[in-house]
Amino acid sequence: MEKFTSLSAVAAALPEANIDTDKIIPARFLKTTKRTGLGKHAFDSMRYHPDGTENPDFVLNQLPWRHAEILITHDNLGCGSSREHAPWALLDFGIRCVIAPSFADIFFNNCFKNGILPICLPRELCDALMEDARMGSNARLTVDLPRQVVIRPDGKEIPFEIDPFRKHMLIEGLDDIGQTLLHEKRIDTYEEQVAHDRPWVPTISID
Amino acid sequence: MAPRTLFDKIWDHHVVETLPDGTSILYIDRHLVHEVTSPQAFEGLRLAGRRLRHPEKTVAVVDHNVPTSDRSQPIEEEDSRNQIETLERNVKEFGVPYFPLLSSSQGIVHVVGPEQGISLPGMTIVCGDSHTSTHGAMGSLAFGIGTSEVEHVMATQTILQRPARNMRVTVEGTPGNGVSAKDIMLAIIGHIGTAGGTGHVIEFAGSAIRGLDMAGRMTICNMSIEAGARAGMVAPDDVTFEYVRNRPFAPKGDDFDKAVAYWRTLASDEGAHFDKEITLRAEDIAPSLTWGTSPETVVSITGTVPDPEQETDEAVKVQRRRMLEYMGLEAGQTIAGVPVDVVFIGSCTNSRIEDLRAVAHVAAGRKVAEGVRAMIVPGSGLVKQQAEQEGLDKIFLDAGFEWREAGCSMCLGMNPDRLTPQQRCASTSNRNFEGRQGPAGRTHLLSPAMAAAAAVTGCLTDVRELI
Repeated sequence: MEKFTSLSAVAAALPEANIDTDKIIPARFLKTTKRTGLGKHAFDSMRYHPDGTENPDFVLNQLPWRHAEILITHDNLGCGSSREHAPWALLDFGIRCVIAPSFADIFFNNCFKNGILPICLPRELCDALMEDARMGSNARLTVDLPRQVVIRPDGKEIPFEIDPFRKHMLIEGLDDIGQTLLHEKRIDTYEEQVAHDRPWVPTISID
Repeated sequence: MAPRTLFDKIWDHHVVETLPDGTSILYIDRHLVHEVTSPQAFEGLRLAGRRLRHPEKTVAVVDHNVPTSDRSQPIEEEDSRNQIETLERNVKEFGVPYFPLLSSSQGIVHVVGPEQGISLPGMTIVCGDSHTSTHGAMGSLAFGIGTSEVEHVMATQTILQRPARNMRVTVEGTPGNGVSAKDIMLAIIGHIGTAGGTGHVIEFAGSAIRGLDMAGRMTICNMSIEAGARAGMVAPDDVTFEYVRNRPFAPKGDDFDKAVAYWRTLASDEGAHFDKEITLRAEDIAPSLTWGTSPETVVSITGTVPDPEQETDEAVKVQRRRMLEYMGLEAGQTIAGVPVDVVFIGSCTNSRIEDLRAVAHVAAGRKVAEGVRAMIVPGSGLVKQQAEQEGLDKIFLDAGFEWREAGCSMCLGMNPDRLTPQQRCASTSNRNFEGRQGPAGRTHLLSPAMAAAAAVTGCLTDVRELI
């Protein structure tokens, strides 16, 4: 996973609440067996007309936001399906940071697993950052993860909260599995204990 | 010890270790796998040279992509076939138990788990699918995860989690005629909204919930995710234990009795703390459905389409206007009587035998209205067999319904079962998002009985007029 430390980039404003993961990546594009290549289908129904041509009114089709690396939305971003294809599609498009007043739980988790930083900020601050974003490439936002601040184009800093474990994993670009396997002995012990306490738990075998 | 909730107890019983920052390594008893969210996880294991720690605690099934038409023919869509074949190669390589396409046990993963006794009370159950919350009806802690977490569970049989907050939704009383578990859940989501349960696990309680059969409880827990909750649960009781008894993979004999004794200890203690509490009266709930493109846009069948201009939040107002346009509806319009093109009866929400009986009850002796395509997609091969033993298939076919093979089908249209643009569908599934059932398709979520009523009248109809 790519490390996330600091990012200075164009931000795109998508002032909608309840942007679901079907909207981020519709089910018909989930038939891949890879993590990459989904960027061209990100926000498919908003980005393209039914005939496949681009919708020029959609922010991610406009310059400079075609190159946005930060996305700002309203409440409950990423609700619905658990598909990790949603953060994969965002990442493949180039998004490394999403900012919203609130997130759906599974999407929030999935972002961290892919080196995308989700930042939760109050609605009025999100609206202010959207105003910055609308100024385009002259108004880059900077996200400084070690210091936990978003720096606005005028230099003002907005602090944000993040779970220390997740911050560490993002900054170091660490793999969760490797970390958990450091505790493998504890998992062995747990399994022995459960085999003793609840021996009736069946295992599955299908011929 | 302080009084604990059902969630607290199952959580406590599965914590392997709590790390200094409060994150826990949580043990997973059952890992359910399907073809769409697993290929990248298996590939990850292979690339890292890791083993799958417990194949015997893992079960795989194909459901999202499978055709629901004649299965004697090869799968036409190449990318779907590739995903299914990839799963078949992966389960073989890693030794994962698997219900193949042509097995009578194949079906939607959230129907198969409980039906086979693979999902049991008190367990932690995960799957790379948000509707894993369904299994919480067994009295288990069950939730959906992303593909990176699927790989994590494969490699370690654990997941990294922080405890969720506890929420209780109590529904007291007796539902009226024609009011099903689906109507109760739509009413709850309409009440608390799609983010009402975010960060929480919801325990469903009260006499109206206790009075539901297991299929009804699964419908309720299934749509917990539509209320934003990570999981939904119902405390296991005698209804649960009788359901579990004699299921193929459930404990048998003496083991079953020991299991029941343990399961009986799991219900929330008197005085346990809930961070959020909601109470509804079953008598206040009418047959319901959605009018918009979010599951919280719920209206009673006797109601009208709400007016966006009444919304106070400007962003919500804009979004509601967009919903009306997308759905081809007008503010103030009576919802009953809106014509439908397609009726879809199926999905992990409503494709169990009890759901199909409710459909047959309405459909018997009637005909699907002219110009309406009405599909019934059972949740599993075993549900299909059971329905045929009861003669339900004959009722459906006589009425003009399509009687298809098991799978996710038109709930999300990954197989050829899709709406065409602007087609209006009365659907027993769980999501009405834009394009969910096919690009520009229009979805109204409702109960199986209400879907059957729409099929035979050709429009959204109060099922109480037909039963």
